[in-house]
Amino acid sequence: MSRFYYEVSEAFRIAYAQIRASKLRSTLTALGVIIGIVAVTLMGTAIGGIGAGVDRSLSGFGDDLLYVSKWPWRDVQDWWNYRNRRPIRTAYAAKVNEWIEQHPESSLKRAIPAMDRGSNIVRGDYRVNNIYTLGTTADYARTNRSEMKEGRFFSEFEAQAGRRVCIVGYDVADALFPGESALGKQVRVSGVTLEVIGVAARQGSFLGLWSWDSMIALPLSTFRRSFASEDRGNLRVQIDVKRMAEAKDELRGLMRRIRQLGPEQRDDFEIMEQSAIREQLDPIKNGVALAGLFITGLALFVGAIGIMNITYVSVKERTREIGTRKALGARRRTILLQFLIEAVCICLIGGFLGLLIAAGFYKVAAIAAPNFPLVFSGGLVGVGLALSVVTGVVSGFAPAWQASKLDPVVALRYE
Amino acid sequence: MRLRRPPGPLVIAIEGVTKLYKMGEETIHALCGVSLEIRRNEYLAIMGPSGSGKSTLMNMLGCLDTPTEGRYDFTGKNVATMSDDELADIRNREIGFVFQTFNLLPRSDALHNVELPLIYAGVGRSERISRAKAALESVGLGERLHHRPNELSGGQRQRVAIARALVTRPSIILADEPTGNLDSKTGVEIMTLFDQLYEQGNTIILVTHEEDIAQHARRIVRLRDGLIESDEAVRIAPPPTP
Repeated sequence: MSRFYYEVSEAFRIAYAQIRASKLRSTLTALGVIIGIVAVTLMGTAIGGIGAGVDRSLSGFGDDLLYVSKWPWRDVQDWWNYRNRRPIRTAYAAKVNEWIEQHPESSLKRAIPAMDRGSNIVRGDYRVNNIYTLGTTADYARTNRSEMKEGRFFSEFEAQAGRRVCIVGYDVADALFPGESALGKQVRVSGVTLEVIGVAARQGSFLGLWSWDSMIALPLSTFRRSFASEDRGNLRVQIDVKRMAEAKDELRGLMRRIRQLGPEQRDDFEIMEQSAIREQLDPIKNGVALAGLFITGLALFVGAIGIMNITYVSVKERTREIGTRKALGARRRTILLQFLIEAVCICLIGGFLGLLIAAGFYKVAAIAAPNFPLVFSGGLVGVGLALSVVTGVVSGFAPAWQASKLDPVVALRYE
Repeated sequence: MRLRRPPGPLVIAIEGVTKLYKMGEETIHALCGVSLEIRRNEYLAIMGPSGSGKSTLMNMLGCLDTPTEGRYDFTGKNVATMSDDELADIRNREIGFVFQTFNLLPRSDALHNVELPLIYAGVGRSERISRAKAALESVGLGERLHHRPNELSGGQRQRVAIARALVTRPSIILADEPTGNLDSKTGVEIMTLFDQLYEQGNTIILVTHEEDIAQHARRIVRLRDGLIESDEAVRIAPPPTP
């Protein structure tokens, strides 16, 4: 065991001396690995960023919310099965809340009604089209994680009184009130004049996913009076997130009772959660990740070929040295380790420099494009270094094996 | 005065050893049935013109190569059938090599060069350094521990190589044309060192084609065409008359 330790430390000593003695060659060889690691790391950063972007966009949905609506979020082939369902009434929310009040131990906590549409919003000469317009109650503010940049959400009183007030998303405010505060100003939403009492803080959007930044919210009663002749909307039900499955069952039973479905009848509503969207997005994310890593992996592969090549050259050049070492008692594994460690050292140096460069790129990108989510994590550094070691072992193995198998007589006589 | 130490127990016994090489279509008989015994405390020279099988025999004795046929016992162990790693261990512990071209590691200082076999033997660092220092002092290089080969003269380099061969306290020291790359004056110095090592109780095998180098030994084995042509003791010159 101690012999193995001495051999390994000797191998590191040789690797250090060898790399020092041929700086230019080592640098050029490491360059391939540097480029590979930079590419892979940046790709990893971008993939991590996609995940973070998805998370950020989904956070607006809240992970402790169940959504009740007529249509499922996923694409459906058999649309005819959904089309004739009765609408979800916003009035259900009151019934659900009443039930929750009677059952304080329930996993359901609060139901919030909502109606939505797309509206064109005008303020003077400024105009934004097809903005997601949400009518809801004051309770909505208690389920939403996003913070207000300025102003406040509408109160229960304002909601019940059907005041003509609204909350606008960051991008909407920015488009209609460039360079000024929207607070207290008026906007026309599809012909209805509303006063802006709050602007949501910037959330950032990604891949065109739903974001608070481009929406507008107003009291449900105002919404109904102004835009809707019929009560068709959806429900958000806040739940105890630790009892997700139970909550879904409870809500389903409750909805069936409210809708007066007989035991033989199928559900005519959908209950969904945030993860349903994630399930839709994950295959896309994984596909991008796989393709990206494959392409950047090619760069690393080229680097690995460089390492293999230089290790072969090194073995050739030092054939006599290998012979001498064998004559002095180096076993096959000693020689194998020596060249493997040398290849791994070059790769590790390359990997380390590559990570530094990638971190630099990351910093620049974070300043240049703050909206694009990038995630540079400690895990990525670990993966980068591990990948360098693997590259070194894989590319150094064949030449090191060849060196270890050299016949000492032939090696000693090699000119 | 030249001294012949009494030979000790058997170290090397080879019997009917042959070695064939395939060179393309041709098969070369480098050794055609050689038998030889070498005892501890011998000072032996192997001589022969090029192509005589001298190098092949040396490689065989040094456990760098195994015979095609025949038996080779090294201190009673049959070497002929050993694996590469077992041979490596024998070379490490039992044989000290001295090469014509010194074969030092160019980027390591004298001390580390001498330490190297001890690393492969699994000797701890502090013991390695003290033994390597002692070996270098015994060849008169106590002041040159941290010089690299390119900072040393040819004779000094060969002394480092001899120290490296001695440091594991091997059963035999195998020197292949040790003076071949040295001028004659330095060559004499190196041969004097070998004579001293012999007198201190080491077993030395010289491989050479130079008669005056071989004359330092106490026994000369001459090879020709893969066979032992002669194996005789060197006539010891009478002590100089006053």
